[in-house]
Amino acid sequence: MPPLIEAVDISKRFAGGLGREATLALAGLSLTIDVAAPRVTAIVGESGSGKTTLARLLLGLTDPSGGEVRYRGTDLRQLARAERVQFRRNVQAVFQDPYGVYNPFYRVDHVLWTPVRRFRLARTAAAARELVERALQAVGLRPEEILGRFPHQLSGGQRQRVMVARALLLRPKLIVADEPVSMVDASLRATILGSLRRLTDEHGISVLYITHDLATPYQVSDSILVLYRAHVVEAGAAQPIVTAPQHPYTRLLTSSIPRAEVTRDWLTAEDTNRRVSNAADATGCCFADRCPEVEAACLAALPGLYHTEPRRAVACVQYRRHPALPADNLDKVLLV
Amino acid sequence: MSPAPILRLDGLRVAFDHPRGRVRAVDDVSFSLLPGERFGLAGESGSGKSTLALSILRMIKPPGHIEAGVVRFLGSPVGDLDDEGARALRLAGIALVPQGSMNSLNPVSRIGRQITDAFADHGLRLGREERKCRIADLLAQVGLPANVARMYPHELSGGMKQRACIAIAICLRPKVIVADEPTSALDVVVQRQVMATLARVQRDIGAAVILIGHDLGLMAQFVDRLAIMYAGRLVEVAPIGEIISRPRHPYTRALIAALPLLQQRGALSGIPGLAPSLHELPSGCAFHPRCDLAVERCRGERPAVRETEGAAVACHLA
Repeated sequence: MPPLIEAVDISKRFAGGLGREATLALAGLSLTIDVAAPRVTAIVGESGSGKTTLARLLLGLTDPSGGEVRYRGTDLRQLARAERVQFRRNVQAVFQDPYGVYNPFYRVDHVLWTPVRRFRLARTAAAARELVERALQAVGLRPEEILGRFPHQLSGGQRQRVMVARALLLRPKLIVADEPVSMVDASLRATILGSLRRLTDEHGISVLYITHDLATPYQVSDSILVLYRAHVVEAGAAQPIVTAPQHPYTRLLTSSIPRAEVTRDWLTAEDTNRRVSNAADATGCCFADRCPEVEAACLAALPGLYHTEPRRAVACVQYRRHPALPADNLDKVLLV
Repeated sequence: MSPAPILRLDGLRVAFDHPRGRVRAVDDVSFSLLPGERFGLAGESGSGKSTLALSILRMIKPPGHIEAGVVRFLGSPVGDLDDEGARALRLAGIALVPQGSMNSLNPVSRIGRQITDAFADHGLRLGREERKCRIADLLAQVGLPANVARMYPHELSGGMKQRACIAIAICLRPKVIVADEPTSALDVVVQRQVMATLARVQRDIGAAVILIGHDLGLMAQFVDRLAIMYAGRLVEVAPIGEIISRPRHPYTRALIAALPLLQQRGALSGIPGLAPSLHELPSGCAFHPRCDLAVERCRGERPAVRETEGAAVACHLA
């Protein structure tokens, strides 16, 4: 059977308005997600790196400018009606803003009953209720505290977990979670990420976890893909990327994590590595203008991926002595 | 002898009248802030951190009110000020960098104009040249180029907007800066730059900072002393090194355990249960239903804050 989701050299360019340049949001990226090997893959990058664009492309909410996203071997744009329903059921999304996804006039129950009804998940009302209650319990919520309430009566963390529960109801094969914990505080963050991790371990659901920090993917994901201004800069197994980052940008990311330690060296590095220009130059490395280790070769051409370790690829000329990894072979370092 | 505190809270209690009864968002909070000190206030959402910040600035609006206690700025109670006095105090004495402050800039007014408004509001009449000069200086202080003065908020990135907010907050050289989650919407790299800017500016003008947040990693790197707040009360106050290396309250320990560590993998654990509703606070210690060490005494008797070796803790077991 063809893989669940296959992104083949997808790119996205947003046309500029009057007198404005077009923006490249994502440069050719290939990625496969298969049900045979459920895993948590983290997509890490700052604002504007293209991580949300990638999520929207994989969910079929935006059409790619180049390449295609395939569901079970068929381009998303050409799915037949029945396949499309299947796709919508098997690939679920949890969005960034737990405030914006609810209709304030409906009780929270609405977002949970709608999928049950639409996808005919239960035959009787009692069975439906049990299904909903089980999904809520799976994310650590007490159904009696949630059902019958309006969205404004729940906290941000509760709302976010209801969205995870909703995604769970459908028993999807893949959940695309776009910054699911950016609006909740540190202790709840751990709880929500824990429930996402369990989805993979206990229910065999793959998770694409999109985030701007490297500390949480280190805890919950199997592999990490670091994006910077539309390009993949480093990808591979989660642990080595965080503990021994190779790309200068990944190093900047890990050193920027404020650590709960007695030694304090976090505040000393002010204003180095500030982004100098916004222009997406056609030539040269996308990180060259902020890179402390920039050399002449960086400005000449966009570096390709180098296969530095069995499960790691880095797009930086410092690693040119390693064999090159074709961009469409990224799965080689991402798969467990 | 230690210097006189610049700000002092004694038994502060802020209540909100609600149809279901009165709730106390801030309950019996006391601490003092030394000149130039960086003080952190951490806790989960709903623990009363932001309400506490607003009460320091005398900005609690009905149905909320200060039920008991005093906030003293430079020795005199803030509560005694009339409305004009309170207006003068804000910005010039105590400045707030509000939560989500990137959205608190006026979208239809240029950054320079918004700084000028702050000057004008405090009766500072400046000539055109001097005003320009002061604004350029302020922007330079927070690491922004002078042309930002001519820009509108939508032309700035998140980090730049946050810096602009800091520039407005420091324009009258306040003695205390209250920063309410100043970096919660920014990514890690920009967060570090903004916090470094805040630290430098604070040193330059000699102000004390109250940093409100929930990320203990950020607190560990920024503040000198940290207070942990739970259900409206301070449960632990100690120098930051002490809190990180030797947390005394079980809630503090749980907060630290909830941080994603880079040393250990797969050790992520949230705090079990939910923060209590202020309408029905648990008896005794408010944390006891979520505390794995709770004993009978915790259910019946509310622990008072006790001083132990430089730290103040409200726990029967500490």
